[in-house]
Amino acid sequence: MTEWEAVIGIETHVELQTKSKMFCGCLVDSGDEPNTAVCPVCLALPGALPVPNKEAIEGILSIGDALECTLIEDSLFYRKNYFYPDLPKNYQISQYTFPLCLDGRLAVDVDGEPTMVGITRVHMEEDTGKSTHIGESGRIHGADHTLLDFNRAGVPLVEVVSEPDIRSPEQARAYGAELQRVVRALGVSDARLEEGSMRFDVNVSVRPVGSDVLGTRTEVKNVNSLRSMQRAIAYEITRQIEVLENGGSIHLETRHWDESKGATRSGRTKEGSEDYRYFQDPDLLPLHIDEAWRKRVHERRPELPAAKRARYAALGADPRTAELLVDAGDLAALFEAAVSAGAEPRTVGIWLTGEVVAYLRRENVTLDETGLSADSLVELAQMTGAGDLSATAAKEVLNGVLAGEGTPSQVAESRDLLQISDASTIETEVMAVLDQHPDAIEKIRDGDAKPIGFLVGQVMRATGGKADPRMVQDLIRRKTQA
Amino acid sequence: MPADIDIERVAHLARIALTDDERALYGEQLAHIIEHAERVQALPTEGVEPTSHPLPMVNAFRPDVVTESLRREDALAGAPDTQNGYYRVPKILDES
Repeated sequence: MTEWEAVIGIETHVELQTKSKMFCGCLVDSGDEPNTAVCPVCLALPGALPVPNKEAIEGILSIGDALECTLIEDSLFYRKNYFYPDLPKNYQISQYTFPLCLDGRLAVDVDGEPTMVGITRVHMEEDTGKSTHIGESGRIHGADHTLLDFNRAGVPLVEVVSEPDIRSPEQARAYGAELQRVVRALGVSDARLEEGSMRFDVNVSVRPVGSDVLGTRTEVKNVNSLRSMQRAIAYEITRQIEVLENGGSIHLETRHWDESKGATRSGRTKEGSEDYRYFQDPDLLPLHIDEAWRKRVHERRPELPAAKRARYAALGADPRTAELLVDAGDLAALFEAAVSAGAEPRTVGIWLTGEVVAYLRRENVTLDETGLSADSLVELAQMTGAGDLSATAAKEVLNGVLAGEGTPSQVAESRDLLQISDASTIETEVMAVLDQHPDAIEKIRDGDAKPIGFLVGQVMRATGGKADPRMVQDLIRRKTQA
Repeated sequence: MPADIDIERVAHLARIALTDDERALYGEQLAHIIEHAERVQALPTEGVEPTSHPLPMVNAFRPDVVTESLRREDALAGAPDTQNGYYRVPKILDES
């Protein structure tokens, strides 16, 4: 039996959240009322001329820089010609040869297995309008006409093209997730898959393991979440292998992912790239990104998610906690404030990603709406470290603090959770229990350690669970030594 | 007509239906254009900076400022057909 290997490359479209469109001053986030943010430029009325939005150029350069691309000094806009009414010009302004960013990379990690995914190019283009197909049946296939809304036509769109370096659906998902984090960290887009401000087209092919020839690929569209991208790729890999093993062949085509059926179905046969008749847009001047500009872009690069995760891990947070913290921006800020005020990072990280996240979900509130501050985390960590609170009691105190019941010491006091760590009190309790169980002491002295746990349990019960169990156990060991 | 002009394909890409006469006429005209381009390509251009635009200018940008859009009734005024504020067009065969 042939062993197969999947080869996957991903084209990602990211809508930039500028105030105005790419080539005209129409509002970008214009709401649901159709054709209210349109003008002669984005409607392609005769004589209208596009002028690029400087902020969008800054946005794409930030993305290119964060993906370790070479920012290209001299770059051009092209026309991509096609016949589809979602853009009124009959072409999309895009880039072809000489895009703004070339040759980058993005590190992704699946279960601790790092992979480097090459970035072929990052180029600037404009988004299309939205089409709604209306027919008797209400389905695309039965449509007898199409309604067009050009509010989205001309919104700045960045396309990030990966190398075919991805080998599994899990890696593809990790790549998509990391790219989304990077774009969000840069603040250039909210990158929401379900709303279409970030979209994936996935190229999938298979080949026998060991072969260095690429198989014929299919392009999978309509994946609106990271999960459906992973499922769609897994499906497509299985389908292609089945076709090939049954003596069939794969055709270069677009396939649409159907989330409810959990399958891809054949769309159109792909046109070769020369069919778009790319040529330089004579309405637009060349772009020149000089060294000073490129340097400025690099210098304003914020701390990226991977660097932040590494820093949190170095502080002592475990890798999964670090990832959760970085993905939830407000938790990360609180983590940093608490840790820099002296709280123990590992514990604070676990509280934030465990108890705090659970509380926010349960109560359906935001972090801001709770009484949790960096100071209270520091205090809670100190109380736990000093043995005033057991691990379990600390979580209960944390819930009280989140509910606005006061500082950790106030909550611990009012909920009666303070641990007994006073040595003489504990000794009194231990001695009382030992007096009642001379047989247990006998067994321990004979070398059977089992009764120690039993005795600790008795002391905990006698103190209502508030004795420091470590102190109790130490004391019992000492007192029962022969 | 040079053998490498597929006039049928060129017409299809531009979505233009041609009669036999037009095919012959445009084929001949295109051949002249290509011949001209070949002559230009044969010129010695070593040491000449490539030109990507007739104007010696770069970076004409606009600031990210929102300007007024058209009123919708004006935007739709020239359309052959509209519905509820949308442009309405014949059904699209090729779903992309």
